[in-house]
Parts: sequence; structure tokens; C-alpha cells
Amino acid sequence: MSWLTKTLTSSIGKKLLMALTGLFLCTFLVVHLIGNLQLFKNDGGYAFNNYAVFMTTFPLIKVVSYVNYALILFHAFWGLYITYKNRQARPIGYAVVKNSSSVFSRNMAILGTILLVYLVVHMSDFWYRYHNEALPYVKYTEQIASGNIETTPMEIGYTQETKKVETFNEEAGTKTVIVKDLYNVVSFSFQNILLVLFYVLSMFAVAFHLFHGFQSAFQTLGWSHPKYTPLVKGLGVWVFAVLIPTGYAAMPLYFYFFK
Amino acid sequence: MTINLKVWKQKNAKTSGNLETYKVDQVSPDMSFLEMFDVLNEKLVQENKEPIAFDHDCREGICGMCSMYINGQPHGPLEGVTTCQLHMRTFKDGDTIVVEPWRSAAFPVIKDLVVDRTAFDRIIASGGFVSVNTGNAQDANNLAIGKDKADMAFAAAACIGCGACVAACKNASAMLFVSAKVSQLALLPQGQPERESRALNMVAQMDAEGFGACTNTGACAAECPKEISLDNIARLNREFLGASISSQEA
Amino acid sequence: MATIKLDAKVPEGPIGEKWTKYKSSVPLVNPANKRSLEIIVVGTGLAGASAAASLAEMGYKVKTFCFQDSPRRAHSIAAQGGINAAKNYQNDGDSTYRLFYDTIKGGDYRAREGNVHRLAEVSASIIDQCVAQGVPFARDYGGMLRNRSFGGTQVQRTFYAAGQTGQQLLLGAYSALERQIGKGSVINYSRHEMLDVVKIDGKARGIIARNLITGELERHFGHAVLLCTGGYGNVFYLSTNAMGSNVTAAWKAHKQGALFANPCFTQIHPTCIPVSGDHQSKLTLMSESLRNDGRIWVPKQKDDKRAANDIPEEERDYYLERRYPAFGNLVPRDIASRAAKERCDAGYGVGVTKMAVYLDFKSNLINKYGRAEATKLGIENPDLDTLIRLGKEVVKEEYGNLFDMYKQITGEDPYEVPMMIYPAVHYTMGGVWVDYNLMTTVPGLYCLGEANFSDHGANRLGASALMQGLSDGYFVIPYTIGSYLSAEIKTKSISTDHEAFVEAEKATRERIEKLINIKGKQSPESFHKRLGKIMWEKCGMARNEKGLTEAIAEIQALKKEFWSDLRVLGEIDGFNPELDKAGRVADFIELGELMCIDALNRNESCGGHFREEYQEDGGEAMRDDENFMYVAAWEHKGESQWELHKEELKYENIKIAQRNYK
Repeated sequence: MSWLTKTLTSSIGKKLLMALTGLFLCTFLVVHLIGNLQLFKNDGGYAFNNYAVFMTTFPLIKVVSYVNYALILFHAFWGLYITYKNRQARPIGYAVVKNSSSVFSRNMAILGTILLVYLVVHMSDFWYRYHNEALPYVKYTEQIASGNIETTPMEIGYTQETKKVETFNEEAGTKTVIVKDLYNVVSFSFQNILLVLFYVLSMFAVAFHLFHGFQSAFQTLGWSHPKYTPLVKGLGVWVFAVLIPTGYAAMPLYFYFFK
Repeated sequence: MTINLKVWKQKNAKTSGNLETYKVDQVSPDMSFLEMFDVLNEKLVQENKEPIAFDHDCREGICGMCSMYINGQPHGPLEGVTTCQLHMRTFKDGDTIVVEPWRSAAFPVIKDLVVDRTAFDRIIASGGFVSVNTGNAQDANNLAIGKDKADMAFAAAACIGCGACVAACKNASAMLFVSAKVSQLALLPQGQPERESRALNMVAQMDAEGFGACTNTGACAAECPKEISLDNIARLNREFLGASISSQEA
Repeated sequence: MATIKLDAKVPEGPIGEKWTKYKSSVPLVNPANKRSLEIIVVGTGLAGASAAASLAEMGYKVKTFCFQDSPRRAHSIAAQGGINAAKNYQNDGDSTYRLFYDTIKGGDYRAREGNVHRLAEVSASIIDQCVAQGVPFARDYGGMLRNRSFGGTQVQRTFYAAGQTGQQLLLGAYSALERQIGKGSVINYSRHEMLDVVKIDGKARGIIARNLITGELERHFGHAVLLCTGGYGNVFYLSTNAMGSNVTAAWKAHKQGALFANPCFTQIHPTCIPVSGDHQSKLTLMSESLRNDGRIWVPKQKDDKRAANDIPEEERDYYLERRYPAFGNLVPRDIASRAAKERCDAGYGVGVTKMAVYLDFKSNLINKYGRAEATKLGIENPDLDTLIRLGKEVVKEEYGNLFDMYKQITGEDPYEVPMMIYPAVHYTMGGVWVDYNLMTTVPGLYCLGEANFSDHGANRLGASALMQGLSDGYFVIPYTIGSYLSAEIKTKSISTDHEAFVEAEKATRERIEKLINIKGKQSPESFHKRLGKIMWEKCGMARNEKGLTEAIAEIQALKKEFWSDLRVLGEIDGFNPELDKAGRVADFIELGELMCIDALNRNESCGGHFREEYQEDGGEAMRDDENFMYVAAWEHKGESQWELHKEELKYENIKIAQRNYK
């Protein structure tokens, strides 16, 4: 065995992989949230739909997104594998257990499994449909001078070669953009109360998972210091377990109640 | 007081066991938990029943031999206390107390509440030392060690090797035990020459013994009778990963 | 059997040169021969672990045995206060000679000069060795080692690691041992108990050990056997020893011809947590180091019912400071213990049982530590609460674990109320007789640490037990064993099928079967308790002829009852703590008888041995140097029969005087 495999298959190495992939996914959560904040823009989905095109066409982003999918899968199944191995370390359980650790820290695998299910639902709701289904198109006409945007849904059955068709009319001083209307799909989906509930509950799972996971990753990396660890812990709780899941949960709620 | 006990009985490593119920009368609040077991065992002998086997020796909280999992917690409900130092005044008259052995694949049951913890010895033998033969030492004060470092090393060295960390951990991980020794020696100048090999070898031995991986739940430190800090585990991670990357062994 | 002639084999020459000369002239074993020489080490405490590690480092093939589940659990681990060494780091006038002198004087002039001087000489190397191993001793801010004072000395020479010095030293020795186990140069047998010494042609050639998990008897060969099995304080049932501490190995050696010396010299430690009831299984020590900072007192008024904190200063009797102004609370242990007993017997005791005295930290906490900290922090005119708070922080750092332990056991907080303490059996100065080489009267059989009798005379000074255990193991036996083994290089490993092994195993098996087949009604524990009661009452802190004579008869009766009414449940071929205990109690009973015989023989008071008939008007012990300046070494002759051999003690370097701590 090479030193690298030896390191990565040791009990600490296994956790290192979880920590590194976990932290990568944390950064993804930040980026994804910032991007998706455009859903709250009152522009008929102009910014959001353009953003969707950008995210699915820009080569670097595409590469990163496939790495991201791979790491999500790795993080999930590696985590389940570690959990399975850890179970083997205690073949006979206790009759009575009074835990002195947090309920989240003990149930990362269950929370993670909920998140995996959530991701499947989420991806098939939006990512799969965006890539594989004939979604309706929308046309945005922007007055370049004033910035006013006029939104016109395209007729059903309309389709185009590229994801985005952009034309300029110099005389009128307008820019016309035709893109898939993912915004509308989102808006429509979140009229379903069951789906909204599922999304909101899943964000609780995200919160609990990160409540333990974020600072745990630093512990696994060995980054513990009396000065900085409180900061990491604070970040883990207030940003990753509160702010980010709240931001995500706000989206379905926003569409359900205000759109 | 009267105490109802449910105690794990198991003849030997090959047989399976079960919880048996006992009643102990006239328990004094000043008794230690183990003295309550002494009283019960004496009563069992009088009734011609085989006494319950349990590990214990110094009964002053330092040898690390006592090892009871009491009502779902290693060494019982109090913080920073071993089973032998737990006194019956902690419990109420009529309480039912469930007592089980440490549970870990690496700590097989020998009999009743007695488990085999020699895995810990093998971990120490794999690197938990400074290689200095008798007679090789320089004058003790030639090595100045700042008080803060000395105190931290001492806090880590306070580990008594009882295995409560393994018993408490949902993964039966021995990371707190291993990290305490690695930390103690990593913090001191004496430990530097073997710093890398120590971390690598001790972790390898720990894994070979069948302990689970650490998932940072913190149960070990919360239940540790010597209150060994979780910071030691972070330090072990750091030592191990650093050594993996920088050691000369290919 | 030829009559035994005791020869201490102390080298000739001036006291300061004996050991140096010995080391340069003792025969050596060359490295190739060491590899074919096997050594058995029984017991893995400070003496055993350090000896086994050192011998294995030298190249010998070593096997270690311990009854605990790991070598790290030996009871050396429970030593709290510290370890002495003549380093003179405090620049307070310490020297090898002073440590030597203090130890001889503290031992009430009943120890062998040559051995004690050697101990003082190697003491400094012990600290060096332990620090090199990574033992985290207490240090100053500048990184230098700290020291504190212990009883019976006027210098600060005690090195310590909070209240866990024994633990840290043992873990150091244990790690050295584990290193050799990892290398394969030591094979360790945990949960094994030595049950006999095997002799071939008069020499110790191995042991019979019982695997405590399977119950199997095993035969192990060795060119030499080292007993490092600790003291026999548990003969009193209640002591500060661990529950498993026993005399069995030493006693088996004794019955195989090793003389047992000064068995009546037992140390009663003055500062232990008092007995709380019949259920009590052991006593817990509160380190002697606490006497650095605690003041011992009782109320001046008999049967004072007030709470300790309500008794005003002028109504307190600080009896040690009153009686011994020069040493105050730091008089040697035997003196402090007897003084406590004297006060309690006179009716001034405190607590529910009235068998306790106060150990009070308040004044030092406030005045010594509180004020020093306040000055350091620049607080002018601190109020009482501030002083107490600051003082507590310091005390916590020095003794935190002891205070916590006290609170656990008694339910009282010693930061708030004075501790209650009472003397308890702690250490045994007596033990297997050994010569300067640490060899017993059986060739090839050695005895190290507390198990031997050698260095502490009639009373051991605090923080000297750790010193002796490590001295014997690290720095003495590696040299002295050469003088025997250099003559054994031609002895091939002897097969354990040899008839001596077969017979020894058979005898051991028969004894175990006998124990389990009595099928009487009383548990081993109950016999142990009864033996302890006899010993404590009649051979404890104060002894007299009448009591001792009675005790001998009572012990003999108890022995008879034991062998006819013992009940050992469980199986012979499996894990059976009851059976282990039964064997140990049987040996304690025999030892108890010898202790009383020895105490009865010694018609004087010295150190830990206080005969009521021999005291001065003030209650101080009265030694009889004319008739008893000897080591009483007893030879086992048959059931309840012993023959006394005397090793006369010669003091060539120390002027014998009445011990004076006033």
C-alpha cells in the first residue's frame, strides 16, 4: 500500500475525506445560495433565468458542477460506509444508553440520508427538467436606457437551438433575450404545499447536519486553537446552521406565500 | 436504601450473556458503588450463588481498572469520577440501576463485567514512549520546558487508560486514549525525535485493534473521568496528517 | 538444610565510594551471553517495570507477570505526593549525604547504611531518567523543575506532578516496558499470578503462575527470578493499598527459603480519610504533601460539638506545632500518626466517630497563597474573599485532584471546611530479606521495591518509596544481577518438564483444589476482614505483649477455621476472583502470625513499631539500641514455626542519636 492509500484508508484519513468534501460542499452551499437569491428579484425571473444559463454553459462552472455532483455522491456513500464500519466496532449494544453528546452529532448519517433523498427530489424537480424536458421559454425585452424589462412567455412548443438567444435592436434601444423559464417552473412548483413543507423540513436537516458538521470538519483537520476555534464554531452555528438554511427555506416560502 | 440492580452476567467470552436482576438492601449513602457490589457479592456467597465478577483495584480513581457502564454512562452519572469513586449518595432509595460491561469489538468480555483491554497496551507498545534507555539521560534541568506546555502535557498524561472513552463513544473509538498519549509526548521536547513515527504507528495499531473511527461527537471527553480534552483529538489528527505528509517513509 | 548465614555483602571502603567501586568491579555478562539468559520479573509496578525495561534494554530475555489486566495498573500508580532526589535545585543545602542521613534517621536507625547511601546516590539519576521519558513533572514559569517539602526533612527535595506523581512515574516506566514488549524483548503476562518459586539445586529457576482468565497453571523458566510484588499492608484488610495488593509471591518465596525481615515494621500514614462504616473496603490516602500547606489541629476542649469553622483560633490545639516546633506539621509519619492517635484516645477527636483530626488549609490558603497571588497581581489591601478566591486557585493547581477525591468520598468540600483525617496502614518497611545485591537468601531469587525490607528501616520518609522502587529497578539491579548471572552463562535453558517444575505445579494444583473443596460457609472476604481486625487492634499503631500474644492465638484459630469453613464458589478452570482472593487471604493469615511474633520479639519502640511498654514519659518512642540494633530475619521452619536470624546493623558514618524533631 502506498503511503497515500494507507493514510486515506486509516480511521483518521477516512474522516479527512469526509471533512474535505464536507467543507467543499459548504462552499457550494454559499455560492448556490448567493446565486439563487436572484429568485427574490422582482424582474419576472430575468436575472435568475440568465444565471441558470450561465451556470449550465460556462465551461469552468460546468466542470466544477460535475466535480460537485461527484463529491456529493462520494460524501454520502463514504459517510454511509464509515457509519457501517463504525457499527462493526460495537457488535453488542447497550441495554441502556444515556448520551452525553449532541443528538445531531450522533445522527449525521441519518441527517445525511435525508439530505440525499432531498437532493434526488431537488435535482429531478429542477436540474433534470431543465436539462431534459421541454420547458416553456420566455422572452425578455429590456429597454437598455431605462432598464425596464418586459416579460413575454413564448408560445407553447417554441424551442431554440441554444439555451439563450440574445438580440439587440439598436433603433429601439432594446435587448431581447429568450431563455428557458426555469423561474416559472420554480414558482409553479412551490405552489404545492407538500413540496414546500418537504423543502423546509429538509433545510432543518441541513441546519442540523452543519451544526455539527462544519466545526467537526475543522476538528478532523486538526485545526483547533483556543483563539480561533470559537470563531469556527460560531461560524458553523450562525452562518451554516442558521443563516444559510434559513435563506434556502425562504425561497419555497416566498413563492408559496407571495407569488 | 434499597437498590435494584440489573447486571450483565456472562460466563465467559464464548457464551452469550443477559441482564440479571438483584436487590440490595441496607445500602448506606456513604458506600462506594463498588462497596455496594461487595455487599451484594457477600450476600450471593451466603446464598451459594456465584458472585458477580468485576474489575477493580486501587479504588481511589487512579489505576483505571474499574469499568462499569452504569445506567447508560461509563462510570455512572457524575462528571470526572470513576466507578470506584462514585458513592451511593448519588442515587435514591428504590432506584433501579443497570450495570453493563464496556462494549467494544476491541474489548471482548472475559466474564460478567470484566473485559479485556489489552488492546490499549498494544497501542502504547506501538509508539507511546520515548526511546531512551536507562542511563542515557542528561541532567533533568538541562531541558527547560515552559510551564504552559508542561501543564498541557500533564493534563493529557492524566489519562488512566480505563477505556471509558471507548465505552462512551457510539463508534467505540479509542481516539481520546490515543490522542492523550500522542499529545503528551508531542507537546514535550523529549517526544520530538519520534513524533512522526509515534502518531503513524499508534493510529495504525488503533485501527488494527478494531476500534471505530472518531466522528467528533465529544461523548468521550464528556464521560472521561480524568476530563481529557477533545483538543487532544484535534492535535492527534494534526500530528497524524502532518506526519503522513511529511514523514520520509514512502 | 544448611544453617543460613546472613551476609549483607556490602562492599568494603568509605561509604561514598562503595557503590562506585562496586560498579566498576562487578563481573559483567557480555552481550552475546545476555541474549541467552532469561529473567522472570513478577510484578510491574515501579520496581518491576523499571527493572524489566532496563534489563531488556541491556539484552536479557525478560518475562513479566502481573495480576492486573495491564502492567500500568500496579499500585505504584496511586502514590500521590512525590519522589525525593538529592538534586539541590532549590539551593537549600541538600546533598547526597543529607538525603542518606535523613533516611537513616527517619528510619529510626534500623536501615542498612550501605544500601541507603546507594539509594541517595542514584536518586538524582532517577529524576533525569524520568524527565527524559517525558514524565511531566511540575515546573516553574522559567521551565525549571519545582520541588516541595515532605515530612522528616528541612530541605525541598521532592519532585512532583500535582497529586499524581506515582501515576506519572509508573506510566513512564510502563512506557519503557511496553517499548520492549513491542520489540519482543519482553513477553508480558497480564492477569497472571505467581503461585510458587521453582528451585533446582537450591537456585531459583522459575515460577508457577496461574492464568487468571483460564485458570490454567503455567510453568516458566528463568535463570533468575525478580520479585517486585509490593508490600503486604493489606494484611490489615483496611489499608491504602489496592484491593488486589497481596503478599502471595513474597510469601511463597519465603516458604521456599527466602528469609522475611522485620515484618512488624509497618507504616501507618497520618493523613487518610477516616473509616465511615463496616462496609468500608479500603482507605484513601490524602497525600503527605498536604501537610506542606495544611495545619493539623483538634479542639482544645474535649468533645467539642461545634463545627470546625465555628471554633475560634485560640480554642484550637495545633498539637504538632506545639509538640515539635522545629518540624511542626512536617514531622515523620510515625510521629504524626501516633500524635493523632494520642489526641483521639484522650478524647479530643472530631467527627462522628471521634476518631479523626482536622487538616486545615484555610490559613495558608489565605495568608500564604492568597497574599502572594494578590501581590503578584498588584492588588493592594485585598479583602478576605479575594484572598480566598486567589488562594483557592493555587491550591487547586497543587492538589486539585486530592481535594476532588476527598469531596467524592466524604461529600464535604475541603476548600470550605477542614479535612478530617486519621492514620491508616499505608506501607510496609519489612519484607523479604535481601543483601546489597538485592538477592534473597535463595540464590537467583531477587526482591525489589516495597517487597524487600532494605532501605527504610523502621519508618519510611514520605516520597521515598517511589525513589526506592525506581532506584532498585533502573539503577541497582542492572548492575547487581551481573554478579550472579555472570556465573550462569553456561546454564542452558532448563526444560519446564523438569521434575522440579512438575512437582511445584502439582503442589500448587493441590492447594487450589483444597481451597475450593473445603465447601464451608464463610467467604474469603469475611476471613480477611476478621484477620484485619485482629491485626489492626493488636498489631497496629500501638502494640503490647498481651495483645500480641492473644493475636497469635487468635490468628492460629482463624487459620484453622479458614481451612475448614471456607466457601469458594465458581470454577477452578476459569476466571474466578473468589479463588484468587482465597489464596491470598490464606497467605495473609500466615504472614499475620509472623508479624505478631516479630512485634513480640522486638522489645523496643522504633519507627512504625510502637510497643506501649517502651515509651518515655512524654509518650515518645524508646529505642533499645543495645539489644535490638539488628534486622530480624525469619526463616520458615514449618507450620507456625520460624527461626530468627539477626543481621547486626553497624553505623560507621552516622552518629546514632535519639530522633529529635522538636
